[in-house]
Amino acid sequence: MSAAAKQSRGVWALAWTRLKADRVGMVCLWIVAAFMVLVVLTAMDVIAGNWQKEIGVPNAPPHIVGPMPPEAVGAIEVPKGPNVDLSDIDPLAPRYAEWEAAASKYKTEEITRAETLPLGADRLGRDILQKVLKGAEVSIVVGLLAALVATFIGTLLGAVSGFFGGKIGDLLEWVYNVFTAIPSILLIFAFAVIFGRGVMSVVLILGLTGWTGIYRLVRAEFMKHRQRDYVRSAEAIGASSASRMFKHILPNVSHVALVQLSLHVVSFIKSEVILSYLGLGVSVDQVSWGTMLSEAQSELILGYWWQLAAVTVTMAVFVTAFALFTDALRDALDPKLRGLE
Amino acid sequence: MLLSIQDLKVAFRLGKEHGEQQRALAVKGVSFDIPENSTVALVGESGSGKSVTAMSILNLLPTNAERSGRILFQGRDLLQASQSELLAVRGKEIACVFQDPMSSLNPVFTVGQQLVEPLITHLRMSAKQALVRAEELLHEVGIPEPKRRLKAYPHEMSGGQQQRVMIAMALACEPKLLIADEPTTALDVTIQRQVMELMGKLKDKHRMSMLFISHDLGVVGEISDHVVVMRHGEIREKAPVADIFNAPQDGYTKALLACRPSLSENPARLMVIDDHIAGKAADMDHKAKDPDAPVVLEVSGLKKSFWLKQGLFGKREFQAVKGVNFKLRKGYTLGVVGESGSGKTTMGLALLRLHEQSNGTQGGQVMFDGRDLLTLGRAEWLQMRRRIQVVFQNPYASLNPRFTIGQTLREPMEIHGIGSSTADREARAVALLVKVGLDETAMHKYPHEFSGGQRQRIAIARCLTLQPEVLVLDEAVSALDVSVQAQVLNLLKDLQDEFGLSYIFISHDLAVVKFISDEVLVMQNGDVVEQAATAELIAAPREDYTRRLLGAVPRGYQGA
Repeated sequence: MSAAAKQSRGVWALAWTRLKADRVGMVCLWIVAAFMVLVVLTAMDVIAGNWQKEIGVPNAPPHIVGPMPPEAVGAIEVPKGPNVDLSDIDPLAPRYAEWEAAASKYKTEEITRAETLPLGADRLGRDILQKVLKGAEVSIVVGLLAALVATFIGTLLGAVSGFFGGKIGDLLEWVYNVFTAIPSILLIFAFAVIFGRGVMSVVLILGLTGWTGIYRLVRAEFMKHRQRDYVRSAEAIGASSASRMFKHILPNVSHVALVQLSLHVVSFIKSEVILSYLGLGVSVDQVSWGTMLSEAQSELILGYWWQLAAVTVTMAVFVTAFALFTDALRDALDPKLRGLE
Repeated sequence: MLLSIQDLKVAFRLGKEHGEQQRALAVKGVSFDIPENSTVALVGESGSGKSVTAMSILNLLPTNAERSGRILFQGRDLLQASQSELLAVRGKEIACVFQDPMSSLNPVFTVGQQLVEPLITHLRMSAKQALVRAEELLHEVGIPEPKRRLKAYPHEMSGGQQQRVMIAMALACEPKLLIADEPTTALDVTIQRQVMELMGKLKDKHRMSMLFISHDLGVVGEISDHVVVMRHGEIREKAPVADIFNAPQDGYTKALLACRPSLSENPARLMVIDDHIAGKAADMDHKAKDPDAPVVLEVSGLKKSFWLKQGLFGKREFQAVKGVNFKLRKGYTLGVVGESGSGKTTMGLALLRLHEQSNGTQGGQVMFDGRDLLTLGRAEWLQMRRRIQVVFQNPYASLNPRFTIGQTLREPMEIHGIGSSTADREARAVALLVKVGLDETAMHKYPHEFSGGQRQRIAIARCLTLQPEVLVLDEAVSALDVSVQAQVLNLLKDLQDEFGLSYIFISHDLAVVKFISDEVLVMQNGDVVEQAATAELIAAPREDYTRRLLGAVPRGYQGA
């Protein structure tokens, strides 16, 4: 028997088997994976690299809607026929040829702005398809990074508080209470004032304000597990506190942190949208789903609905897929649900 | 015939695999009868299908169960009965008592409220009548001051009293059949004795029948008229109780009777089921122990107390262990017995300093190799720690589920720098696995792939990696089936002979303690009540409490 064949399937392998059996979960996993590929491609400027180019007419409608009817320019009639020949009375007439020769050295390129674009254009004529893709990059990166920061802080503090308890636990509980006592939107504003605008600021703001829920859950799990016999056995053989916390207990409660991580990705994407909408989000030269929604508000009054529709649909697909995937992940990982499938 | 079960099969749906419905057959065609006014016992080890059989009578099974066959109760087939017909039968004609009284009673209602409920729904009594009847019932099951107790909540009562309340609830409507699923397993021996006597008395008084489910032949022999022995979902033997104990026909029944340690016999090794089927006789050959063996552990005045919260900021000291003294010689076993709450486990963990310091104070001396374990500094304690190890009660909880067995066994060696390389440690781990009766393939498996007995062997192997001198065994065989218990007890004896280990064997089970110990410490409420050599203690107990404990041990069928 080879070494690989002897290796038994661990808890993670079993969870993967259960996840594979969940059809909805797998479809969502593929959707999320596709978004991740898009994020990587936009980050490397392979696609949506020139989202800032004004390639369409302002507010160009999507293909399916068709070009906008030409606008009425005004009451003055545009004269028809050839220009009136003034050369016999024009004192500068002799230099016409010279000028024409000079002018022929330059080439004027007529920029033909597209009448319609796949998903339309915004008020500057930028392609909404590219904007949505670029916006997805920013929003998803913010959501993921902020969730990682929040989960890291929450898990670390929760582990310390739950494992040691006593004075350390009390101290961390006070910190937790202070954070949850302040209305969250107020707390976010306070952090936003300190950090200013930009992608990293948003990540830090959301991460530093969003760890509290994870902290409580991880703390409870650690309190439960530190009393378990397997942790006591580890203590009896001389394993250090750090080893018991992170080598023994953490892998056994990691499913809690993991599920919280993915739940927070969804909620942080939504928070980023709100922050950007309020003008506290990413800087003006960047685009995210939030800034696009905030632009769409004024466009909608004029009847240009396509930016709003594009962002909402993309965001809805991603957030729904991610949330359903998280659900499937929790079902696959939570040992308490085992046997109920 | 009150109840007749004919060819009962129970299967559990396990979900689909490759589009096919997977089923596990838990009961494979079981038939037996319960005559009126008699007690039938269902005996078997875990997984034998005894509880599933009993619970299928009232359809108290999970929703993924499928039943077939016939269950005739007074001529009616309960398998065909509609939900409303079943509801009428449940509680009124057939009542149940479950294993764990703490979780069977609803903690947010008083005992009185819970007792009154079946009286009002089934017997259509008025609230006032029902209260009067409830008081009578509590009196009948031997609860003092029944009137006051009606207003008590379950947590205000002891485990034995809670089980009495459960019995009172079951009796409320004077059922014709009482199904008791391991009703005394969660109770201390002395309480178990009282509850068993109560059930016997009530059965005679109310002229009802009882289906008594138990894993313990000792209990069954005392209470039942007929015995049905089950294994792997099949009936191995059914006979009147006298025949089962005096002339068992089936090899498995014989083995079950033999592998249980008893107070009267004194074998050097217990019989295991395979031995019995192979027809070997019990090994009665005791190895003499060296009476001048050096003392490895000397404990004097060991105390442990916990802080209990009182009021908003106050705390009160609770003394769990009030001063224990003993000496343990190399190669000897000290048994520690006592009922729950006697402080025996607290004492064992205090030796290993496994209590959290912030929870309470610890006092006394634990001299090991000339040094006091309780006052050692961190670094020195780590060095001493490898010489005194512990095996816990629950083999399902004491191994890290995310570690392979190999990782579990290597970790202690890595911490203490035993073995020169990973390969060397692997080799040592494999050797120990073989020693405890497993093989090399176990190295790469996870704990969930092993049975309880196998896991306990792995836990023992983990301790042995550190080559300890003293092992604290905290109820180490209590969670195991009798046949597995016998194997693990034999293994412990073999290891003691081979390595000269000293054991501190903590258990509530006097028969097991008697089998393995050289000296016994009897504890009650944190005090040592009696301390004597095992044979002496069993033959001539000095203290009243010891005599009560010994008297309460179930002895099986003793003849008329």
